[in-house]
Amino acid sequence: MSLFTRVQDWLDERFHWAELIGPLKKKTVPIHKLSYWYFLGGITLFLFMIQVCTGILLLLYYRPGANEAFESVQYIMTRVQFGWLIRSIHSWAANLMILTAFAHMFSVVFLRSYRKPRELTWLSGMLLLFLAMGFGFSGYLLPWNTLAFFATKVGTEITGQVPLIGHSLMVFLRGGEEVTGATLTRFFGFHVAVLPLLTTLLVLIHLALVQYFGMSVTPGVEAHWNASPGEARQMKFFPNFLLREFMAWYIALGVLGALAAILPWELGTKADPFAPAPAGIRPEWYFMFMFQTLKKVPAKVWFLDGEVVGILVFGAAGLLWMLLPFFDQLGRGRGRRLIMGAGVFALSYIIAMTIYGYMAK
Amino acid sequence: MFLLLVVLASAGTISAQAQNTCLDCHGALDPPLQVTEQQFSSDIHSQKGLTCASCHGGDPTKADMDAMSKAAGFRGKIQRSQVPELCGRCHSDATFMRQYNPSLRTDQLSQYKTSVHGKLFAKGDPKVAVCTDCHGVHDLRPASDTRSKIHPLNVAQTCSRCHADASYMKGYAIPTDQFAQYSTSVHHDALALRGDLSAPTCTTCHGNHGAAPPGVDTVQNVCSKCHVFQDQMYQKSTHKAAFQSAGLPGCVVCHSNHGITHPSDAKLGAGPQAVCMRCHTPGDRCDQARVEMLSGLTRLDEAFENAHNVLGVAESSGMEVSQARLDEDQARDALTKARVTIHSFQKELVNQDIQEGLKLAAKNLQAGKNALAERDYRRRGLGFALVFILMVVVGLFFYIRQIEHREQKT
Amino acid sequence: MENQVPSSVSTPRRRIVEVLLGGGLFASVVSFVYPVLRYLIPPPVADLGGDEVVASKVGDLKPNGSKIFRFGTRPALLLMTSGGEYRALSAVCTHLSCTVQYRNDLHQIWCACHNGLYDLNGRNTSGPPPRPLEAFQVHVRGDEIVVSRKREA
Repeated sequence: MSLFTRVQDWLDERFHWAELIGPLKKKTVPIHKLSYWYFLGGITLFLFMIQVCTGILLLLYYRPGANEAFESVQYIMTRVQFGWLIRSIHSWAANLMILTAFAHMFSVVFLRSYRKPRELTWLSGMLLLFLAMGFGFSGYLLPWNTLAFFATKVGTEITGQVPLIGHSLMVFLRGGEEVTGATLTRFFGFHVAVLPLLTTLLVLIHLALVQYFGMSVTPGVEAHWNASPGEARQMKFFPNFLLREFMAWYIALGVLGALAAILPWELGTKADPFAPAPAGIRPEWYFMFMFQTLKKVPAKVWFLDGEVVGILVFGAAGLLWMLLPFFDQLGRGRGRRLIMGAGVFALSYIIAMTIYGYMAK
Repeated sequence: MFLLLVVLASAGTISAQAQNTCLDCHGALDPPLQVTEQQFSSDIHSQKGLTCASCHGGDPTKADMDAMSKAAGFRGKIQRSQVPELCGRCHSDATFMRQYNPSLRTDQLSQYKTSVHGKLFAKGDPKVAVCTDCHGVHDLRPASDTRSKIHPLNVAQTCSRCHADASYMKGYAIPTDQFAQYSTSVHHDALALRGDLSAPTCTTCHGNHGAAPPGVDTVQNVCSKCHVFQDQMYQKSTHKAAFQSAGLPGCVVCHSNHGITHPSDAKLGAGPQAVCMRCHTPGDRCDQARVEMLSGLTRLDEAFENAHNVLGVAESSGMEVSQARLDEDQARDALTKARVTIHSFQKELVNQDIQEGLKLAAKNLQAGKNALAERDYRRRGLGFALVFILMVVVGLFFYIRQIEHREQKT
Repeated sequence: MENQVPSSVSTPRRRIVEVLLGGGLFASVVSFVYPVLRYLIPPPVADLGGDEVVASKVGDLKPNGSKIFRFGTRPALLLMTSGGEYRALSAVCTHLSCTVQYRNDLHQIWCACHNGLYDLNGRNTSGPPPRPLEAFQVHVRGDEIVVSRKREA
């Protein structure tokens, strides 16, 4: 009897292990032309786990506080053995995670996996996307360098423009009227405690829902397989699909390692709140499309302030996007075409505005 | 009754500190008789409570032409020849000046009499500078006021009004290119571009009231006030005695007096900027020493540049080199020190500093090389890790194929 | 099916895959775990050099003595007055950023570049320097002399 089987028997005697993992063993993944897109969710999860591990390692040496934050990151990069590796992986994986999260979200839109009964899966996923961007925004400030300081200043300033609650929201985020060491402490608290807790809960919910409903297929494939059931192809999750996922995850690890070693993440210069803002401040790339849009909106739209209009439009767009699944059944196929159109528009807009934001310096 | 007193009292304070009816008419006249209230109120004398009558005499309380009464001591326009003595009447009186500013000097007039301006003035020259030419009149401001003609930032401009005017200066046996030369100098840049008020302007070296060129044998005393080390070395060097006996001004021979540009190592060379070869014979002992010193400096400069470039490569590859960058400052200081030691004109002393500098440059180069080695170590480590990862990925690929092959057959 | 090889028998092909996968897994996991283990070991120098620095040990400095040390990214000066009091100041001259030094003959801080002078509180007393030297706080902790930036409220 192999060790593996002995452990399983031990667990089964106490926890009815076989019954627990039974449904998991039966889980299958549909195989069709677009099956590769199924990997994205797993990769995002994998990158999140990398973030948790490297984040905990960084926590062993990082010191939050305007006096010490920058120096502690510098310490990690120069004195701690392989500190440069852990820190660069953390920074690169953060960006890759947000990229895969966006890709995962758009693949769900175009493959129409958000449809009934998976509306809550979509909702939890959207919330996870917002949390990921929150992770990015809060984490970016932690090294307390010039770029991060001013990007946070600008970002929280924009939040302050939201009508009615904007100012209170800004003060809540900043821990005061201005961006100071108090902001750093607060962002640190968000980044290592609040956001991880919320994310873990939502990830568990999201995974449970995915597990419960199984993998969705596009309506086209669904129709085809309903017509000729013999053509339906499924792959076992254990071990076949999982092994493939591991391949993808390992490749992702290789990419991360290469990025960390060949293109290490910059340290920058220590933030000086009293120095004037350097030229060319901009947020991280995943906020660029919003930032560029707000820059281009005319100062006054009708009787309203241009920036406020921009923020309200993005807010409304975000809300509508979260409610996407509920538009799917509108009118015969009209809702579907609307969503597809909106998806194409949103993706093109984000890509175009991001590129524009970088070129327009 | 009380109200009337208040109104009268306030009326008195409104028209400056003391009544000055002269401005009522003279404010409305055309130049050269024009002196406006606005102009005079900015004058330090007016702010201290003096009136037109303090210098011109007359009665400032009377209206119209009654103010200009000879009986009240009216002098009319003050002639240029009368200006120094008139100003000196108050400004050389320590007891008088004490009531306004006890720490103000009161020797300006006596200093002036020792100056070139003063000496020519005593001979009756109407063209030389008198007090009002530099300080202004009627809107005279203290030297600390940036609008004052004698504020350090403005002094050179004020002197150049005469000294750069070739037609005005005809007849005096001095050049008129000083201002033009000075404007190309490092001192001018420090003052005008960087706003460094400690940088020298005309009066720093020439004096202000006792203005005269520093003597040929004492000019280095002027330079040495700031450039202490260079002077110390020069005093102990062979050049001091040589220049003194030849009647040559110390620092000026190599650095010039007004157009002092930023010195470069080319001064030690053999090209157009070279100074040594103006006197020395090619091939003699000194020429050889010069060559040695120059080559030492060049070597140090190159070593420093080399280390700088290697650190640059390491930095752009993502390595953290902030400590080494700090040490680069030290190496740069060593280079500066070696250049200062040139003034001893002893190649052994210069060589000592160069050797120290080379050690520092070597340390920085080593730091750069270490950074590059670390970079290569990381890339090698990455290479290994990627090979293992590839093994796993390929292994998984075949393993999956195996399993599925088996599953198909069952 | 007679020509199917039972899964318990290892063919050469299976061996290769096993070695590749097993060996690769082992080696790659080692290449991940090794840096992490090294990372967990604290480096010998625990001090960040940011806002607080151990400048010297008690007994290193004599009265009227001084020492240049690194504070953050710039040099700083630690001196002991004739009365035995410690002072710590930035060593960057406020004129043109040369490194200043303590002159025990003058009991003042002097800049060799252009003859600037500062008193022992850092105030610029003569020569070109336009501003005083930044003063730091000095505490004696056990046998260490700790210099830190003056903290604002």
